[in-house]
Amino acid sequence: MDRRRLVTLVARFREFGILLVLILLVAITSVGNSNFLTSTNLEGIALDTAILVILAIGETVVILTRNIDLSVGAILGFSALFVGVVLKVHPGVPIPAALLLGAAVGLVFGLGNGLLVALGEVPAIIATLGTLGIYRGLIFVYSSGSNQHEITASDLPNNFLALATQTFLGVKLFLIIPVLLLLAAGYWLGQTRSGREVYAVGGNGAAARLAGIKSGRTVLLAFALSGALAGLGGVLYLARYAQVDTLAGSGMELNVIAAVVIGGTSTLGGVGGVLGTLIGCVLLSVINNSLVLLTDPGSAQFWSRAVYGLVILGAVVADALITGRLQRALRRRRA
Amino acid sequence: MRDSPAASHDEGHTPSLDRSAVLELRHIRKTFAGVVALEDATLALHAGHVHALVGENGAGKSTLIKVLAGVHTPDDGQILQHGRLVHFNSPAQARDAGVAVIYQEPTLFPDLSVAENIFMGRHPVDPRTRRVRWSALYAEVRALLRQVGLDLDPRERVRGLSVADQQLVEVAKALSLKARVLIMDEPTAALTPSEVERLFDIVRRLRGQGVAVVFIGHRLDEIFVLADEITVLRDGVGLGVWPAADLTADRVIALMVGRDLKTLYEKAPAAPGNVALRVENLRREGVFANISFNVRSGEIVGLAGLVGAGRTEVARAIFGIDRLDGGKVWLKEQLVAFRSARSAVKAGLAYVPEDRQSQGLVLPLPISQNVTLPLLREMARGGFLRPARERALSQEYAGRLRLRARSVRQAVRELSGGNQQKVVLSKWLATRPIVLILDEPTRGIDVGAKAEVHRLMGELAAGGLAILMISSDLPEILAMSDRILTMREGRLVGEFDRAEATPVRVMAAAAGQPAAMGVGA
Repeated sequence: MDRRRLVTLVARFREFGILLVLILLVAITSVGNSNFLTSTNLEGIALDTAILVILAIGETVVILTRNIDLSVGAILGFSALFVGVVLKVHPGVPIPAALLLGAAVGLVFGLGNGLLVALGEVPAIIATLGTLGIYRGLIFVYSSGSNQHEITASDLPNNFLALATQTFLGVKLFLIIPVLLLLAAGYWLGQTRSGREVYAVGGNGAAARLAGIKSGRTVLLAFALSGALAGLGGVLYLARYAQVDTLAGSGMELNVIAAVVIGGTSTLGGVGGVLGTLIGCVLLSVINNSLVLLTDPGSAQFWSRAVYGLVILGAVVADALITGRLQRALRRRRA
Repeated sequence: MRDSPAASHDEGHTPSLDRSAVLELRHIRKTFAGVVALEDATLALHAGHVHALVGENGAGKSTLIKVLAGVHTPDDGQILQHGRLVHFNSPAQARDAGVAVIYQEPTLFPDLSVAENIFMGRHPVDPRTRRVRWSALYAEVRALLRQVGLDLDPRERVRGLSVADQQLVEVAKALSLKARVLIMDEPTAALTPSEVERLFDIVRRLRGQGVAVVFIGHRLDEIFVLADEITVLRDGVGLGVWPAADLTADRVIALMVGRDLKTLYEKAPAAPGNVALRVENLRREGVFANISFNVRSGEIVGLAGLVGAGRTEVARAIFGIDRLDGGKVWLKEQLVAFRSARSAVKAGLAYVPEDRQSQGLVLPLPISQNVTLPLLREMARGGFLRPARERALSQEYAGRLRLRARSVRQAVRELSGGNQQKVVLSKWLATRPIVLILDEPTRGIDVGAKAEVHRLMGELAAGGLAILMISSDLPEILAMSDRILTMREGRLVGEFDRAEATPVRVMAAAAGQPAAMGVGA
């Protein structure tokens, strides 16, 4: 009975461990640089994290089904430039419509990924590596076709840019969106039948089929969701940075996947959730910020890349060690 | 190979169209890529009866239940439910028709809770909010767990459970489906006697509630304890159904194995030389224990047993692929302990694995490169391979083994199963072994090629090679072995000289049938 409790404890410790690292890092950085715990800096971290979280929610669902989506950065880039051009040409488009437009563009791309994987049975890593290139290519096609190679703040209507600064009951509107999405995704994954089926499909595909679950549909849904959220993230990216070119979001998929994996979602599928993903996202943003605050401005970029890599490796190694030790303990109990 | 049931034995009752049957399979035929798994199988299940399905390894039992479960659709034949024709095109359809299956390997979600494993895809939900009603789910699961005698928290993750408990979770799942037909594929294979007793109590209770239970098993004592009727399958053909009371264990074994052995190649009696391989008290935790035997040069020792008895595991451990937890191995009276397959090969041991396609061959490569794979060092000069030398060596073996191929440059993928097996053999013979371990050397190859592999084995033994042959093919074991060892559940349970080995004796030892054992055990 005790070991069973240990199992539950370790399962929870996954997220707890990452949380500890985060708290430690916050403590070190705030001692090292008094600017860290200022409201401006914390707000900057929150705004950076907001976009990452939105993409990571979709990625979490995809990884839970034992797949991966490498195309989210390209989808974000396309959506950002496309919506930017639309807003430049039609400044009167209301904000909710702009958000929905971005999500719809992303949904189409996500469905493309989902069909390739679910129907075409192309391994997700290959399928989305391909569409990563295709979608990024489409950005160039679109930008040369519309002769719009970049969007800057002056191209965008002021009320749209206010999306990043407006507050609602003292909270940035910009932050309310990811929080609502997190709550919705957490509820769906944890509390509804179709959400639980996501775990079944990723945890044991054969057993899921025997249980009568339509795995293909679940996988399609996961990719569609991931695409739609990346598209939505593109619109927020546009509002936050007000500076978008054809390379917007390049390489972002790596940060997104890193956040999800660090947050305890297993790349083998069926284990994890959006709470861990949130912690993973905040951790990455804080690492980034800490490296800026604690090192010479010039070397920060270099260090942040290297540390990203180290943290991802550390998380994966810890994951393997914990799982391995658990299985050995269980085997001993069975024997 | 195959004699008709009517010719050899008094026939069982083949049911006519039977409206009282809950579910009936009639004349089912199923092939996989041209290989016949089921030729003509018939099975009628009645409410409140336990129906045992028996047959040798490869007789088609698993295929038959997968047809019943909607996993495989039959090529030919009918499925009738209460006399009405039905089609199961997916597991979900079979499930909705009241068929629940407990597979040999539990099909669970290790990281999800017991409750979710039982109700996956069928969680009770609040119709308005779509939210899972967890308290209702847990209450229902608690009641189900009580029924199967499991004292567990429904929220516990399955990963931590013992195999027996996992099996009972599967039973609880079947109960929750209100299954009218419950199929259990070797459910006792991993259970201790007390766990088996607990499971049987539950099965009897289900029978009392009018469930039709299909029980697939190898342990005949268990079958006679539990079954009301017995259907025997042999080589994909249903031989008929008998009331369990009308059969004895000996009769069942005779029905399972009964076939003409004369068509097989018969190995000439050996003149065994010195002991080439000797093992003592080999042990691997939870897999096998107390394994002691020897193989002399010039001798073929057959290692018989049911699938899962631990034979392959013993071979792998001797060969250094898996670690031994205890015991000693002598090769030519020299104590050895291989930590890798590489060192085993170097010392003169060769192991031809069961699954030649995935473990023994590189399919896209030509014959020559496959044959010389273990000898790359010898084939190279200055770090570069010499293709001419590879071809010369492989040509030599191709000739010796009468390999049928256009040339040694032909890709192994294009060869027939029998010829592929010869390539595997050539590959290991090229290492000039002292002891050759063959794991299911003729599985999946046609009769002609089989005879030729047997002839080859005979010649190799006559040439002084010591051969340990693992085989689940009883006629092959009997025809080829100078001595027969039988394993069951990780233990050596019988040793028979060529003269005293009969199909019934060997099978009885493998199936753990005490009545017929004794001799040589």
